[in-house]
Amino acid sequence: MARFTGKKAKETPALNMGSMSDIIFMLLFFFMVITTMRESSLYVKIIPPQGTEVSKLEKKSLVSYINVGVPLPDQQKKFGTDSRIQLNDQIAEVSDIIQFVELEKSSRPEADRPFITTAIKADKDTKMGLISDIKQELRAAGAFKIFYNARKAERK
Amino acid sequence: MARKTPGLNTSAMSDISFLLLAFFLMVSNINSDSGIARRLPPPLPPNQDKPEVRERNIFVVKINSHDLLLFNGEYGRIEDLKDRAKTFLGNPQDLPTLPEKEELDIPLLGKTRVSKGVISLQNDRGTSYDMYLQVQNELAAAINEMRNELSTDRFGKKYADLSDSQAEAIDKAIPIAISEAEPTKIGEKK
Repeated sequence: MARFTGKKAKETPALNMGSMSDIIFMLLFFFMVITTMRESSLYVKIIPPQGTEVSKLEKKSLVSYINVGVPLPDQQKKFGTDSRIQLNDQIAEVSDIIQFVELEKSSRPEADRPFITTAIKADKDTKMGLISDIKQELRAAGAFKIFYNARKAERK
Repeated sequence: MARKTPGLNTSAMSDISFLLLAFFLMVSNINSDSGIARRLPPPLPPNQDKPEVRERNIFVVKINSHDLLLFNGEYGRIEDLKDRAKTFLGNPQDLPTLPEKEELDIPLLGKTRVSKGVISLQNDRGTSYDMYLQVQNELAAAINEMRNELSTDRFGKKYADLSDSQAEAIDKAIPIAISEAEPTKIGEKK
């Protein structure tokens, strides 16, 4: 039987790693497609309110964001502790909204402009006075499509 | 005879692509935004008279600065808002105290009686955004339920599964009739 029992212990064959990179690349492309780039860091604290009837925000490229909330603790020295508005990456005033809307409009192709949505991402403890002011400015600026950000909750 | 090219060592390739993958995972965010979409009315031209709305056609929801609700002048609870809004907009028994209906010819649905009711929403400047959104949410729930009922009745499908033209017909039959009044200024801190 010596013919069948090998003289030395068998070596494990090296695994072929050639297709590993293909798999990882596939994962990479998958994530690149389903995600969006984080645009700007937030200076305000936002805990969105919850709703049961929320729908998904569509056409993300046509959305401009208005963030509303109390400045983060490390920003409070600079911006105070009252609710503030953040447009893109800076804290702004209500009166800056019209200019912001115009800027967002001009950065998009003409054909898409009527579909621009303004998403109001506000903290749930914000007072409606500020939100109303924002809405009035948006009306004046001609941005009628708005979107109140909220998290999905199940109906009790 | 051409020389045989030696096999490239590609094991480091996967390391590189792993790095790229990790980078993209870090800088991107998956969480899709959800919320409630609404349309703002265009600004009114100055010195224009307010359109006359009959009292039976209007359901007033007020939120004060302490997040308390008033439905047509009576205290109300947020839990009741959806049903109140549904009976108001639907007016199933054609009561004379609830909104009148107008017969419209809607493609795909034929002659449909559309409610002329409008929900008027007024909040205070001191109302919290959370409460405001809860109210908007309940009103949206009422309208969504009515739309679902009508679409299962007429098309045998949920509203979300309808084709674009069918959904448009339902939207016409049950419009989002929410009007927002200028907020009051009682709860504003100066």
